Amino acid sequence: MNFEVISSYLPLYTEAFFLTIKIGWIGILIALSIGILGAFILHFNIPVLSIIVKVYVELFRNTPLLVQLFFIYFGLPKLGIVISVETCGAVGLGLLGGSYMTEAFRSGLEAVPVSQTESAQSLGFSKGQIFRCIILPQAFSISVPAVLANVIFLLKETSVFSAISLMDLMFTAKDLIGLYYNTTECLFLLVVFYIVMLLPVSYLGSFIEKKVRFAQFGD
Amino acid sequence: MIERLGFDVLFKGSNFIRLLEGLGIALRISIISVVISIVLGIVVGMLMTIKNPIIKAITRIYLEIVRIMPQMVLLFIVYFGATKSLGINLTAETASIIVFSFWGTAEMADLVRGSLISIPVIQYESSAALGLTKIQTYIYVIIPQTIRRLIPLSINLITRMIKTTSLVMMIGIVEVLKVGQQIIEANRKASPNAAFGVFATVFLLYFLACWPISQFSKYLEKRAI
Repeated sequence: MNFEVISSYLPLYTEAFFLTIKIGWIGILIALSIGILGAFILHFNIPVLSIIVKVYVELFRNTPLLVQLFFIYFGLPKLGIVISVETCGAVGLGLLGGSYMTEAFRSGLEAVPVSQTESAQSLGFSKGQIFRCIILPQAFSISVPAVLANVIFLLKETSVFSAISLMDLMFTAKDLIGLYYNTTECLFLLVVFYIVMLLPVSYLGSFIEKKVRFAQFGD
Repeated sequence: MIERLGFDVLFKGSNFIRLLEGLGIALRISIISVVISIVLGIVVGMLMTIKNPIIKAITRIYLEIVRIMPQMVLLFIVYFGATKSLGINLTAETASIIVFSFWGTAEMADLVRGSLISIPVIQYESSAALGLTKIQTYIYVIIPQTIRRLIPLSINLITRMIKTTSLVMMIGIVEVLKVGQQIIEANRKASPNAAFGVFATVFLLYFLACWPISQFSKYLEKRAI
């Protein structure tokens, strides 16, 4: 291990690190928005839209991100839809994540026992109130672990971006290995940066999970 | 219409067969890795329920590594790192099987551990009250119940494994995506829109490989409850 090499690569990795984080989190935000919207559509069983959401979820949950990115980045331009690499990464990650998030939120909404709705009805709550004050908070609490697991999964999936030449951590490492053959140093930095990126999220995740466990209170 | 969308290349020569062969390679790698993962995962999962601090620490570190390291990074470490620092020359396929088994074992072990501890204590106590020995308790009471919960989850692991094997093109294995790229390159002049048709087909092929399996797993999961 040559530390001079490591320190000279550091700026390149740092740049790639921030790009990866930026696109990763934009993708996750898109995923969360799609997920919430999709789960609501499925929960209220909105006629045509719920079929579209179901097809979308099955399509994107059963295909790899790499294939989705290739399709979006190389396939769609042939139809005249040209987007930049960064947008493609964020959109691809958002679409993949959206299908996982939809499932997470939907199962959260479904997991709230019927007795809760019935009890609220007998207490004279209106339909809107039941959803807002009874179902939603509990569903949120139940779906948090799945959502956090998805966030970690999506941050890990950002490594796939390198395949469409987005200058992320993985691409930088691959590029430097190809140029200078400092394989050990490059891989070491790669691992370190992924730990820096994911370990805090992992720990923060378990902390949040403990904080919002109110729906299972009394179990 | 077919030509404008670039689906025509699929019908030229043996292009479509080649794509299927590529998918076959990805499937073969994932099946081998899944079998290894399930066997090792059961062992590691049972080890994790033992209350020994050293085993606990080791398995926790192992799980945490798998949890936060992208499979692509592991793939690069094993494929390029092992050659460089240990001097072992692995073929790309061996490297990918090692990585996916390493990852799958952790996933499987976590599932096994989860379903083992989800068996209520009452089951163990009742078996003891009925005079079953420890081994009998496991064979007749605990393991059958665990398996019922495990089967749908491990089938789900197969689909995740298949999806993850798409990464092997990054270390030079010619699987379905790489074949797709080759076909597009070879037909750049004749059908410039091939990228759309070929990648749409690859997308669909992966879907057709994974969707039935995940539906089956969903069906079993519903039945198990």
